[in-house]
Amino acid sequence: MGSNIIEILKNSQSTILENWSKTQASAMSFNDDLISSQEIQEQSEELITAFLRNLNEENLGNGDAPEFDEVVESLSDLSISRAKLGFSPKETSVFVNGMKNAIIDVLEAQLISQPAQLYAASKKLNYLFDSFSIVTFETFIRGREEVIIRQTDEISEISTPVIRVWEGILALPIIGTLDSARTQVVMENLLEAIVETGSSIAILDISGVPAVDSLVAQHLMKTVAATRLMGAECVISGIRPEIAQTIVHLGIDLSNIITKASLAHALRFSFQSLKLEVRKQQTPANR
Amino acid sequence: MEKIPILRMGPFLLVTIQVDLYDRLALNLEADLIKTISDTNAKGVLIDISVVSIVDSFMGRIIGNIASMSKILDAETVVVGMQPAVAITLIELGLPLTGVHTALNVERGMELLRAKVNLDDYSSSEDEDGYEPDDQRDY
Repeated sequence: MGSNIIEILKNSQSTILENWSKTQASAMSFNDDLISSQEIQEQSEELITAFLRNLNEENLGNGDAPEFDEVVESLSDLSISRAKLGFSPKETSVFVNGMKNAIIDVLEAQLISQPAQLYAASKKLNYLFDSFSIVTFETFIRGREEVIIRQTDEISEISTPVIRVWEGILALPIIGTLDSARTQVVMENLLEAIVETGSSIAILDISGVPAVDSLVAQHLMKTVAATRLMGAECVISGIRPEIAQTIVHLGIDLSNIITKASLAHALRFSFQSLKLEVRKQQTPANR
Repeated sequence: MEKIPILRMGPFLLVTIQVDLYDRLALNLEADLIKTISDTNAKGVLIDISVVSIVDSFMGRIIGNIASMSKILDAETVVVGMQPAVAITLIELGLPLTGVHTALNVERGMELLRAKVNLDDYSSSEDEDGYEPDDQRDY
């Protein structure tokens, strides 16, 4: 009986593929810009060929069978690549489940007179494809996580530039949430830059920091204290009114830290401490 | 036995730490320095730690102690040239060295000392090079 089913499936590969493509085309509104339909066709064909080649009587219904390693691998690759391309989980699972439906449709057509056999075969196929779905889902999530981790790394690397705004004055615009790891990077970059440029004032602009809690405030105070130990002065600017409210409500004492409303004010303060003066050029008419 | 030299420069004492400080050396330095301040009536102490790359809580405490003791003997302490890694370590150890003045290098440390000590022999001629150490640092 088993060999019969496998025979049927192997003989009707092209029908399955056709059914499958049809369900895919109708079930998901395809993102033509993410992947071309020709590519999908190729992927489907590859998958179904691998599946049918490795299918035999014993492993029907057992997704963990070693013969299916090839199928599982190509499913994982496919799933990860889709995750990275930005497919939704639904689209990806419809792709895999479509294959099951196509296969069962074929079986139904062929075994319509033998309901017991049809039922047994469908049940086994269901088990098999459930385990395939789990693999797909797992790898899809892993693919997404890889994307997220990469993005996090990129953000933490690019978002902490140390800008030399004037001789002896450094500015550090901080954008995004400050956690311990980022504070460490910010602190290190700042201190290195102070040594390199011999600057005596550093401006920490936090207008791009969405929220300040006691931990973030502590990180900021650490940075200021470390700057002071290096022999430079640290000014914090860009504190938004909501953040000022939060800081006071949390009972954080920033009284021994120099704070200025905006980067411009901080710069003006820095000029004053360096005994520099910025003024408008006198026009000849005024003379 | 190793000894860290204490140089006298007019009213100031200059200490350059060029080896990694181990505990006994640090204790000796503390004792020597305080004795020298008392002997010479120094008005300021400048400690250069620009080549010190390892620091522990004991070291941090010794530096803080030296500053407090000097203060009692009416001398200001300036620590100069601290490396970024050392600064981060001290902060993480919870030793912000609040009583100690700091400067980026020896030159600025000297300017800071002169501004702090206000000696009659030293007129405030620092303005020429455009840099004036400010007094808001000693919180």
